[in-house]
Amino acid sequence: MPDIKITPLGAGQDVGRSCILLSMGGKNIMLDCGMHMGYNDERRFPDFSYIVPEGPITSQIDCVIISHFHLDHCGALPYMSEMVGYTGPIYMTHPTKAIAPILLEDMRKVAVERKGESNFFTSQMIKDCIKKVTAVTLHQSVMVDNELEIKAYYAGHVLGAAMFWIRVGSQSVVYTGDYNMTPDRHLGAAWIDKCRPDLLITESTYATTIRDSKRCRERDFLKKVHECVEKGGKVLIPVFALGRAQELCILLETYWERMNLKYPVYFALGLTEKANNYYKMFITWTNQKIRKTFVQRNMFDFKHIKPFDKSYIDNPGAMVVFATPGMLHAGLSLNIFKKWAPYEQNMVIMPGFCVQGTVGHKILNGAKKVEFENRQVVEVKMAVEYMSFSAHADAKGIMQLIQYCEPKNVLLVHGEAQKMEFLKDKIEKEFKINCYMPANGETCTINTPTKIPIDVSLRLLKAEAVRYNAQPPDPKRRRVVNGILCVRDNRLSLLDIDEMCDEIGINRHIIRFTSTVRFEDAGPSVKTAEKLKTLLSEKLEGWTITISEANISVESVLIKVEGDEDNTKNIYVSWTNQDEDLGSYILGLLQSMVQ
Amino acid sequence: MKLYCLSNDAAKPCFVLSFKELLIMLDCGLSAHSVLNFLPLPPVPSTRLASLPNYTPPHLNDPLLEGELKECCGRVFVDSIPEFCPPLDKVVDFSQLDVILISNYTCMMALPFITEDTGFKGQVYATEPTLQIGRFYLEELAEWVSGGAGGAGGAGAARRWKELLHVLPAPLALAARPRSWRRLFSAAALSRALARVRVVGYDERVDVYGALDATAVSSGFCLGSANWVLRSAHEKVAYVSGSSTLTTHPRPINQAALRGADVLILAALTQTPAHNPDHMLGDLCVHATVTLRAGGSVLCPVYPSGVLYDLLECLSAHLDTAGLAGVPLYVVSPVADSSLAYSNILAEWVSVGKQARVYLPEEPFPHAALVRAGRLKHARSLHDDAFSADFRQPCVVFCGHPSLRFGAAVHLVELWASNPAHAIIFTEPDFPYLDALAPFQPLAMKAFHCPIDTSLNYSQANKLVRELRPRELALPEQYAAAPGGAAPRPHIAADVPTVLLRRGAARALGARRSMARATLSGALAARVAPRDVRAGLRAAPLQAALRVRDRRVSLDVAPPAAPGAPRPQAPRLDCSAPDVDALVHALGREGMPDARVERSADGCILHLPRHDTLVHVERHATHVFCQGDAAVRQALRRAITSCLPHV
Ligand SMILES: [Zn+2]
Repeated sequence: MPDIKITPLGAGQDVGRSCILLSMGGKNIMLDCGMHMGYNDERRFPDFSYIVPEGPITSQIDCVIISHFHLDHCGALPYMSEMVGYTGPIYMTHPTKAIAPILLEDMRKVAVERKGESNFFTSQMIKDCIKKVTAVTLHQSVMVDNELEIKAYYAGHVLGAAMFWIRVGSQSVVYTGDYNMTPDRHLGAAWIDKCRPDLLITESTYATTIRDSKRCRERDFLKKVHECVEKGGKVLIPVFALGRAQELCILLETYWERMNLKYPVYFALGLTEKANNYYKMFITWTNQKIRKTFVQRNMFDFKHIKPFDKSYIDNPGAMVVFATPGMLHAGLSLNIFKKWAPYEQNMVIMPGFCVQGTVGHKILNGAKKVEFENRQVVEVKMAVEYMSFSAHADAKGIMQLIQYCEPKNVLLVHGEAQKMEFLKDKIEKEFKINCYMPANGETCTINTPTKIPIDVSLRLLKAEAVRYNAQPPDPKRRRVVNGILCVRDNRLSLLDIDEMCDEIGINRHIIRFTSTVRFEDAGPSVKTAEKLKTLLSEKLEGWTITISEANISVESVLIKVEGDEDNTKNIYVSWTNQDEDLGSYILGLLQSMVQ
Repeated sequence: MKLYCLSNDAAKPCFVLSFKELLIMLDCGLSAHSVLNFLPLPPVPSTRLASLPNYTPPHLNDPLLEGELKECCGRVFVDSIPEFCPPLDKVVDFSQLDVILISNYTCMMALPFITEDTGFKGQVYATEPTLQIGRFYLEELAEWVSGGAGGAGGAGAARRWKELLHVLPAPLALAARPRSWRRLFSAAALSRALARVRVVGYDERVDVYGALDATAVSSGFCLGSANWVLRSAHEKVAYVSGSSTLTTHPRPINQAALRGADVLILAALTQTPAHNPDHMLGDLCVHATVTLRAGGSVLCPVYPSGVLYDLLECLSAHLDTAGLAGVPLYVVSPVADSSLAYSNILAEWVSVGKQARVYLPEEPFPHAALVRAGRLKHARSLHDDAFSADFRQPCVVFCGHPSLRFGAAVHLVELWASNPAHAIIFTEPDFPYLDALAPFQPLAMKAFHCPIDTSLNYSQANKLVRELRPRELALPEQYAAAPGGAAPRPHIAADVPTVLLRRGAARALGARRSMARATLSGALAARVAPRDVRAGLRAAPLQAALRVRDRRVSLDVAPPAAPGAPRPQAPRLDCSAPDVDALVHALGREGMPDARVERSADGCILHLPRHDTLVHVERHATHVFCQGDAAVRQALRRAITSCLPHV
């Protein structure tokens, strides 16, 4: 039994950063290469020394696959390729390849320029890294080498997000990355076919949540924003530049239009226009509705949403500001937060998950005071709202995906241990398959059945089919083939015995047994033969019995009736050595009939 | 494997391949040459066309022919709604087709003829750009053909002339099987047909009923254009249709995927082998510049996608350098806006150079920027208010249809024909330009022929075939060397067995299969211990449980037989006769020491009187005659088996 081995270097029972090692059929694949946003030291990158304590890493990894552009999935990629020295192939979709470098650069600036960190990758390193990326399209079957094949499926989590199917020989694995099973305002739902992988590695961010209906959440969000600005408050919505931001913009834009509101709405990033351009270019990755109408109206041209300028922070009066980054861990969103937090008419809406260690995580857990590096303490009087807009599959969605692709095993990553435990139980009960949830650094081994390719003689299969179809249909009936297995140059084939003899140029030596049974039965031999045939048909279900005059045959067994009209008949039963079971059974039948 | 050819037009192919008990249609091209025999359908009534004289064949008085034919400058045209020549429907029953694979949008225009009202139940596969741009082509065609105003002989279809070909003048007299020509399908049939298409990506393996995989691979000809590779466990068929090895805007051709096929089917080579597309593009720019400088306008009758994008890119750049940056460019088509917008969201289907622009992010094609700058304008029709208000001359107008039998181009030629300052430049290779112009004679405006066909020419195709090394090659007969006596023509010459096809013909291809691919479970494999039969070959008898699911065969450990009834056993391969002395010895061990041996020329007979048994040993058979005692028989079996060499 060949094994599949999985070791999470990140995302094992946590949501911090995804980086999972997969080994099967002698190939090692890295699934995502994310960065932990909660740390400022070396802990933010995966521990590559786990793979190889010293020396080049390239020979240990056959390829790296990046599921989507979020930094917790691709943030460590330039570090790995430019600083650790990985030179092997890297795969991601076209939109991911287009957008990831922008987010990486954005993060780099925050880390190096604002926080003054050294030993971080440079702009040039990001560019060099992305140059090495092979972009793939959906459903394209990509041969990484002669044995390793990968294929991307639509994941619906952000623009360009993909799940990957990975095959080596007869073994296959699906890695979901982050995915979403319900279509939203700009993306479609994740989709996969019934590919029956040996293992499904799925995220489980919302393992225990059954999210309330999308529409309710949207209404709730709009109501809260509206109430706050009506009272003259300022609403801060920390987002990542691409992804959820576009969906929330579409939502606010249509609401402002419908309600005829005049409060200013800002998107605080030079990237806005550029970001929206990416959505225009890759509109084939958005949902049906946007794709259908894009010629008439581009959903990403906003009328009410204007670019933000830093000087607006201190402007009096109501406003809504979208600012990056999304977890309030650095940058502009954090600056605005510091200014607005002490006033209770203001509000911050966290539209996504926040990892531990970030300000977002602290205030969501009810912190009323936040302390910063420079001992600055900010009082949090503003309203803090959490609205789950992150496009992750909920428990129902995860179960749905399992149903779609019918895996033989499931492995949970990118979630919290307790919640995983609950989902693991549910999956094992409902689907009767094994479910695993290794922690970081822990290796999980999964046995898979071997399947060896073999060529089967069509003559053999056709003969079997004739026999099978001659019988009344019965779904429980077992089908059996008999042949000679040949092994040549490590290639297997199953041949009919005569084909085999032809093939190797030998004549078969056939051994035949013949016995005689005496039977008192008046009348012509043909009549006797017919009686025998009736008897045999009753007893030999599933066999083809043919009769011609006084000769009956079943496979190689021949039965011949001889004798005069009114006399005792001689019944000869003859069969080849191979059909000994059948021959002796028939002989036994006839002998007991005679007595 | 068998291949049927259903199209007469090698550039608009339609084949049906029967392969692994499946019927697979490769492309469904619609030949439109037939429309040249008809009078143009002007989008607005034309007094000139309406007043063309009737034509009556000499010495014929047939009232049924009345009004069907008109004459213009010595040439006779049918005054009726134009008809097309769909693929032959007599050879293959379309209701039996399992799959239709489409290579590019120029080769799918007959789809509704195949799939609608024929009982078709199969699947249709095409890439996303093929489906979308194909839709533009078809919708435009349907709208042009149904939107004609007056001129043509009303609602009634002219039919009588088809019975009287023998008395009509050329070229009408040479029309090929006009009785099989059909009017274009309805818009409803068209949208039903397109709704059937399933979209695939390049290099996506499509499972076809479990029997084989079909993969579309880039062919480099136009956006989304594909060659198809069909693969079963033992055979590979490559269908190469509309391919290009030139560098233009689409993704380059993927040759590696086509290598080493058992059968290579080659179709849709260039229609203008004597014209180099690069030179033609250069000529076009020059003719346009000269015409515009002299105050004339330029008409390019084109399809709404494809080379149009290259024309816009090159011509606008050329005019800029020629100091004609102020000349407006117009694209007139019911699908102009969609086509121009759509081309700019196909980042994954364009060349690497164009793709690099998307990463910036900028549109891959410059025409979006030309539209924003107001340099390029597009309109649904010539009568759009916004368009007519804005129309300035001199200008360049791109509009359909390249046959000049329907569409806005008909009106513009009518309008400009008498002015020698204007020019019409033909770029689409589908129609002979003089035939296209015939119903507009006499013509004062200049006409230039600059056909741009980026499909493989013969030397490129020959080179490709050499590189791909197929075992067998199949071609439309038009691509073979001219028959003896005829003038030589460019052709495909390959040193592999070549099968030629003509419309209506069926040819057997490839070797017969004898094996099917299956999987063997590890558990079963572990139970068999093959023995050496000879150097490099090991063998063992094998009994296996057979499972067939979605046509996929798998072999696993057979469950134990139900008690009672016997079941077939795995065969034993006994290679030669038992050694008789050894056999006598073995019988002794089994408690039968009394064997008498009689030797003869053929072999020998062993006599076991106490057990009433005879054993005939010959070279290829051993025959045991014994009585019904099972214990005795088993002992005999053991003895014989022990001295037989076997697998
Ligand atoms: Zn994500």
